[in-house]
Amino acid sequence: MASSCWGLPELICQFPALPDKTLRLMRMGIDNGFRGIVRHYSDQIDAATRPLQWFLNTLENAFTNTPWFIVLAVILTVVWLASRSIKIVIGSAIGMCLIGVFGLWEDTMTTLAMVAVATMIAIALGLPIGILAARSDRFQSVLSPILDVMQTMPSFVYLIPVVVIFGIGKVPGVIAVVIYAVPPMIRLTNLGIRLVDKEVIEAADAFGANSRQKLWGVQLPLSLPTIMAGVNQTIMMALAMVVVASMVGVGGLGKNVLQAINNQFFTIGFLNGFALVAIAIIFDRASQAFGKRLQKHSEAGHD
Amino acid sequence: MTDSTNTAPKERSGIEIRNLYKIFGPNAEHYIEAVQNGMSKDELNDKHNHVLGLQNINLELPPGQISVIMGLSGSGKSTLIRHINGLIMPTSGEILYNGRDVMKMTPDELREFRRHETAMVFQKFALLPHRTILENTRYGLDIQGIDTAKSNPIARRWIDRVGLSGYEDYYPNQLSGGMQQRVGLARALANDADILLMDEAFSALDPLIRMDMQKVLLDLQAELKKTIVFITHDLDEALRLGDTIAILRDGKVEQVGTGQEIVLHPANDYIAEFVREVNRGRVIRAATVATPLPEGDTPLPKLRLKGATTLELAARKLAERDVRNATVLGKDGRPMGVIDMHTMLTAMVTPATVDDSEDEDSEEDAA
Repeated sequence: MASSCWGLPELICQFPALPDKTLRLMRMGIDNGFRGIVRHYSDQIDAATRPLQWFLNTLENAFTNTPWFIVLAVILTVVWLASRSIKIVIGSAIGMCLIGVFGLWEDTMTTLAMVAVATMIAIALGLPIGILAARSDRFQSVLSPILDVMQTMPSFVYLIPVVVIFGIGKVPGVIAVVIYAVPPMIRLTNLGIRLVDKEVIEAADAFGANSRQKLWGVQLPLSLPTIMAGVNQTIMMALAMVVVASMVGVGGLGKNVLQAINNQFFTIGFLNGFALVAIAIIFDRASQAFGKRLQKHSEAGHD
Repeated sequence: MTDSTNTAPKERSGIEIRNLYKIFGPNAEHYIEAVQNGMSKDELNDKHNHVLGLQNINLELPPGQISVIMGLSGSGKSTLIRHINGLIMPTSGEILYNGRDVMKMTPDELREFRRHETAMVFQKFALLPHRTILENTRYGLDIQGIDTAKSNPIARRWIDRVGLSGYEDYYPNQLSGGMQQRVGLARALANDADILLMDEAFSALDPLIRMDMQKVLLDLQAELKKTIVFITHDLDEALRLGDTIAILRDGKVEQVGTGQEIVLHPANDYIAEFVREVNRGRVIRAATVATPLPEGDTPLPKLRLKGATTLELAARKLAERDVRNATVLGKDGRPMGVIDMHTMLTAMVTPATVDDSEDEDSEEDAA
């Protein structure tokens, strides 16, 4: 050991760490304490997550048990309503048909249900938090390091407490996905509202708008492009995360990818991967076209 | 030009600004006393890092008239106008309207005050880009909670009054700057508020469109008789629109008066510098330079001019009729004086109250 340190004494050679014994005690203390708390409140936790569990199962059943042509028709209708672009609808139809042809329809439905629920939760949480952050500088300064942690902490790491608390299954999967997917929603809502033209806000003030009228009449409509970018990012992050979430027992395309990794099934891996890409592109194009359509007033210049 | 003989109903209240100070900075309250006791703007800025925005403003803005507040950038004029509807709160002082102090209003009262008593027009229009022209125009009414069935006809009427009929369903950025500001004006007028605050409302417009908008405003004002506070950095605009003009510099009022008073009797060198380039013929009125009626029963000139006629217009009329003098009528419509070409020319070229230094300048120039 000393040889790697040019013969220096140990204190200078190696960074003085806490003794192994202390560290072990600390680890065990925290882990056991945490488990103890979770065990103590397990009933309450179960009760709290039951509606989520029910919602997830219902949606997944709805997606997987409905005949494929109805699901396809519904998806294409939604894409059409959002984008009003026949090109995007045709592209989506081709993508979905390819997924079906390669036998991935049911897994895709499971994943879609999962992503849909996670996205809805992420928006429902992210929008109000983003609005609060835009209104209070102090809240923003507290929130921003938390978001940094959520975005940079490797997702496998926070899967551990999630599993400890919620066990294995869909609910912990959704929670992990939401933790991963909600930061862009919060950040972009906050940013969008803060970027609204100060003059327009002042005009609203000058006409006597109260804060509710300002929020719904000015700030949200004018920050909609940025908020829609947040929704778009959230969907993309959720799709990326479903593969990781399959490690805690979420089914669908992610599980197939995980199996393919473990068994080195090259073809299965890529087919499932491409299925995820196809869904991602459909979501992305449809939501972007929707966001653009909401902004049609800003397109036509007067000259 | 405006007929400055507006007679406002007796009951109406103007806006009174008393001992208004505004210091910008985190600790404004702390320095207010020092400033009131004469600490200079520079000292406050250099030593204490606070900015003195307005100092000891005392102004009366009479009801039913256009009061112009003029100053260059940084003079505090935009800060001052924002005090009137409480968008900026003073560090000390009072803004009185109908006996109430805007500064002392609760947030709810202030909101009601802004909804019903004031309306504002902004330099960069500040229209809502996601609302159509119609929806923009009725914005103030929407805020008041008025049903669209009621507010739409009102909005349509004002859109028509500012000459934008047919554009109701356009979005603001489909319109030119001049048209957008007409919407801004319509939005403010639809509110039916007594006070109209115009913050450099026409400064962002091309000169010709600006003249056009000034005419629109004067025409509307002749009929509506609102209490208008108009901010501008352009003296010509101030003289054209203002019943009274207050000139602001470094947060202080330098001079208050009618356009004629300011042009004829500038209070100091700063203002004299300002008014030097002004076209006097368009500012000075016949009544101001008319000589008293001749004694006895000398016949009066046949051509009769209103006292408020500008010299430029009076000169044109005299030239058209090919006469040398005219009778000037007072406010009561009876002859009050006589004016001739020579007096008019003298007044238009050099001030009627001869400023000696300027006279010498011109002689030197000639030599």
